[in-house]
Amino acid sequence: MEKLIQVKNIHSGYHKKEVLKNISFEIEEGEFLGIIGPNGSGKSTLLRSLSRVLRPLKGNIYYKGSDLYAIALNQIARDFSFVAQDTQVNFPFSVWEIVLMGRIPYLSRLQPQSAADLKAAKESMSITDTLKLAGRQLNDLSAGEKQMVIIAKAIAQEPKVLFLDEPTSHLDIGHQVKILNLLKGLNRDKKITVAMVLHDLNLAAEYCDRLILLDNGSVYKSGPPGEVLTYENIEEVYKTLVIVNKNPVSGNPHILLARKNIP
Amino acid sequence: MSKKIFLLLILFLSLSVFTGLYFGAAELSPDIFRLRLCRIITGLIAGAGLAVSGVIFQGILRNPLAEPYVLGVSSGAGVGAVLGLFFNLSLQTIPVLAFFGAGITMLIVYNLAKVNGRVSTQNLLLSGVIVGAVFSSILLFLVSISPNEAIHGITWWLLGSLQVFDIPLLATVSILVLCGIGIALFLTRELNAISLGEEEALHLGVNVDTVKRLLFVVASLITGSIVCVCGIIGFIGLIIPHAVRSIIGSDHRQVLPASAIAAGAFLILADTLSRVIMPPVEIPIGVITAFIGGPVFILLLRKKIKSPF
Repeated sequence: MEKLIQVKNIHSGYHKKEVLKNISFEIEEGEFLGIIGPNGSGKSTLLRSLSRVLRPLKGNIYYKGSDLYAIALNQIARDFSFVAQDTQVNFPFSVWEIVLMGRIPYLSRLQPQSAADLKAAKESMSITDTLKLAGRQLNDLSAGEKQMVIIAKAIAQEPKVLFLDEPTSHLDIGHQVKILNLLKGLNRDKKITVAMVLHDLNLAAEYCDRLILLDNGSVYKSGPPGEVLTYENIEEVYKTLVIVNKNPVSGNPHILLARKNIP
Repeated sequence: MSKKIFLLLILFLSLSVFTGLYFGAAELSPDIFRLRLCRIITGLIAGAGLAVSGVIFQGILRNPLAEPYVLGVSSGAGVGAVLGLFFNLSLQTIPVLAFFGAGITMLIVYNLAKVNGRVSTQNLLLSGVIVGAVFSSILLFLVSISPNEAIHGITWWLLGSLQVFDIPLLATVSILVLCGIGIALFLTRELNAISLGEEEALHLGVNVDTVKRLLFVVASLITGSIVCVCGIIGFIGLIIPHAVRSIIGSDHRQVLPASAIAAGAFLILADTLSRVIMPPVEIPIGVITAFIGGPVFILLLRKKIKSPF
């Protein structure tokens, strides 16, 4: 497998305040990568830098060998798409209109959508099971339905890399699993590389090929879930006592909280 | 835009042009006809321009309550224009001054509302209203201390009027407004993307900073130009886009042109109303639009406060 994205010694942050310090790693084509770490460890900052919206203060990121931030924004939008934790829309757009916006990177100014654009949008809605919502307004949907629509928009963009920032943190376990199964399917069938920030360590262990554990702006550990999610690592980074078991079906690590006995 | 909606809008426009031409206190004569035609053209340009700048402000600020009058931008433009009159500057410079007045006001309002890099609806409206009030009093101050007799006449102008005596100024303003609307029409897809959030728009390949800056200049230019010829007419940019959205949805590719036509027609009707309600007195058109716009604003605000964001 070739290296799709190379991160070389980046420092990233806001207003000269460094959140990430000297981070380097690589993302391979077709990988399903999870980024984990405590609140404030720089997960979202890293994802924003990777997805070409937050230029690193120092260091470089390469996409297919060329400097990511030298590639035009509308060109990279045909390869990258992004799903945020929560998307707020203040105007009454319909689901269909939202999903079609995923085709914006492919359209030149004033050019109307072609049959191919409509087909891509429809297909992504059928994959995400949102066709039945097409005429509804986004703001009238439940959190789970809404997130599915935002994912449909991201798929309509026909990305090669899909970035997600805690896409399931507001959702019930049914929707969490539905979304992660969907992503896993896209990763396998459409060869979409997935890079995702996750809070839930068990979901991360179950679905990701590889995990990057961030601590205080640096990579603490990177590797397959079995290597990263050890009780020593978790206790050190999260400052929390845990018990690490094995999921009896998949054999992946399973993390249990160890409650302190309060006298 | 769907054909049906477009035809309906054209019908509405023709109807308002017709009533504008044939209703009024005076008997129809060639002179009266010419005067009314001039008012109709002014109304069309002013309505379309104010609605388009309303749609632009709403789009780039991601807020359906944004509008040149509510944000104080109209008052800022007014101060610019009156300063020009005050120092007896040439007529060509007045639209330029009004444009700078509008732009500077918008910058002040936006930066006052920005707390920790975020602009909330409440802060935006509050700072808009306050800055608008300050600029309005500066306007009144300039008017009251002015030795220039002509300036006393502009109290009337401040309340908004489609009566334009200066045809070259109207022509200049029309060209500016039409250019502005043309540029905005080119950027409607970007406005759609920005409605999802600035970061979302970046992920869709939209150069958010450039688009925002350009549209910001366009909206200030449109507002400034219109204030030069017809004073401060409030709420058009709020009522019309809101009504249009509730009928045809939020896609800016349709909302923008539909609002422009509908607002032109609406302003012509409001002007006709202002002439025929109690002749021979002419009610300032700003009074009529505020009578309709105020309640619409309150309804929208209530709806927004009830919703979680």
